[in-house]
Amino acid sequence: MAAIAAPASHGAFKFPGLRKLEHSMLVYRRVWRGTFFGTLVSPVLFLTAMGVALGSLVPNLTAFGGVPYLVFLAPGIMCAQAMQTGTVEGSWPLFAGFKWLKTFDAMIATPITVRDIVLGHLYWLVVRMAIVTGVFMVVAFLFGAFRSPTFVLAWPSAILTGVAFGICMSAWTATRKTEQSFSIIFRFIVTPLFLFSGTFFPIEQLPEAVRWIAWLTPLFHGVALTRSLAIGHDLDPLTLGIHLAVLLGMIAIGTFFAFRTFKKRLVI
Amino acid sequence: MAIGPSQDAARYHAAVSDPVSATPVKAAREPLIRARGLTKKFGTFVAVDEIDFDVAPGEAFGFLGPNGAGKTSTMRMIGAVSPRSGGQLSVLGTDPDKNGAGIRARLGVVPQSDTLDTELTVLENLLIYGRYFDLSYAESRERAKELLEFVQLSDRTTSLVEPLSGGMKRRLTIARSLINEPELLLLDEPTTGLDPQARHLVWDRLYRLKQRGTTLVLTTHYMDEAEQLCDRLVVMDKAKIVAEGSPRALIEQYSTKEVLELRFPAGIQDTLDGQLDGLGERVEKLPDRVLVYAADGEAVAAAVHERGLRPETSLVRRSSLEDVFLRLTGRSLIE
Repeated sequence: MAAIAAPASHGAFKFPGLRKLEHSMLVYRRVWRGTFFGTLVSPVLFLTAMGVALGSLVPNLTAFGGVPYLVFLAPGIMCAQAMQTGTVEGSWPLFAGFKWLKTFDAMIATPITVRDIVLGHLYWLVVRMAIVTGVFMVVAFLFGAFRSPTFVLAWPSAILTGVAFGICMSAWTATRKTEQSFSIIFRFIVTPLFLFSGTFFPIEQLPEAVRWIAWLTPLFHGVALTRSLAIGHDLDPLTLGIHLAVLLGMIAIGTFFAFRTFKKRLVI
Repeated sequence: MAIGPSQDAARYHAAVSDPVSATPVKAAREPLIRARGLTKKFGTFVAVDEIDFDVAPGEAFGFLGPNGAGKTSTMRMIGAVSPRSGGQLSVLGTDPDKNGAGIRARLGVVPQSDTLDTELTVLENLLIYGRYFDLSYAESRERAKELLEFVQLSDRTTSLVEPLSGGMKRRLTIARSLINEPELLLLDEPTTGLDPQARHLVWDRLYRLKQRGTTLVLTTHYMDEAEQLCDRLVVMDKAKIVAEGSPRALIEQYSTKEVLELRFPAGIQDTLDGQLDGLGERVEKLPDRVLVYAADGEAVAAAVHERGLRPETSLVRRSSLEDVFLRLTGRSLIE
């Protein structure tokens, strides 16, 4: 029996969160086939049906900033899909870690801390969003939806949008005893945002009385930022800065609350 | 493996009776775990109420008690995942509240319900767990291979976890808890829910670990598990420790050598009042049977017949920790 020396102090890892990220990637390697079809097919379907088919019936291009409807639509759908995937990643799969599989209970019995779990989950959201929007970028590019040299910057912008929703949803999920509220959130928050955040049409089309609501929704800022970069129009630094600040602010707030709610859930 | 349950049991029993391993390894060595006035509260509910205990290096130490006695809460505090509400606790020479990750790096934990990754394979479960302890993949793979052999799951290396039986999952959880070569292994209800054969297989592995010098701390509400695995144990009831000692010493202190179990035809037991008085040292009436505690069970059985009583069955057995618990709390372990 070795002498009982005081163990090294906490903070076992030089880069907190990486082990949890490894776990998520290992699981993804097992299950990616199940999700990848949707990741690939969804942009193809949306861009074909709405961008190309419906878009050919849209004569008034000035409303869309003078670009074909497909070009207008693609960044919007990309962000909306990032929002959906991010919110999903923050709900059922995360809840499984808390309740059904108790993966997180297994983790905190090791040198891994709650901080590692939150940060690792955040990193995983970034990776997952990069995959979803990356596939979308390729498909949209092949559809000819990108015109501007700045379109590459639309990628990180869409990633941030998905992460912002994902981490906020995650903070909420950690407080839940059952999964019942998740579908309600999708029905009453995610779907309306999807429809009314400038995804399919400019918010100027909304009645003036409710237009300000769109400004309050994070998806609007994600879409606006991503679209400006994808099309290369309206590259006003102040406006872009505001959009970016909203997304980063949402991620910061979501992460802050995730630290608290994950800890409250796991350390009892 | 061809060892049958009875043979196994005999072997465990021999180990417990063996004077060397039955002697608590107290000596002058610093305890691996020391608790003084350890308390856990959830709101106003007191789950663990000012308990004191020490666990010596190399010892197999048990918490025996019914569900809700505070065993799991105690284990979670020792495991540095649940902060204590009061009292002092030292694990591996340091305070879990201050040094949680450092302590956890040197512990193995088998939780009450399996927390395996059912989406991953058997091997992947071990690999990623090794990574949590900062092992390299190569090192983790090496240890995983040995551990799967140890828990007799080598042939399931690449299967997914989901279809494994309860006993296999339990053994995999035990293998996983050993990936960091822990000095102290915490097992919360290691065999609850397993069929007898699976239980004996788990016991066999735990017994081997004990022989290798790994300190085991386990909770159980199975008296036979406690008797076979523990050098020393505490009996917990309603958040408190009500007795402490080796299984043998507890039985000697709180029970008689033998017990006569009498089952009467339906309805008869309630009409017996007084007729069993004076038999043995103590008579305990349970809903379905009567226990008579005595040094010589057969003699009491004969006396029962002499009094003209005709039980449906009468069985003489040795006293167990179940009897100790009954004596201490007036209740059965498994209710």
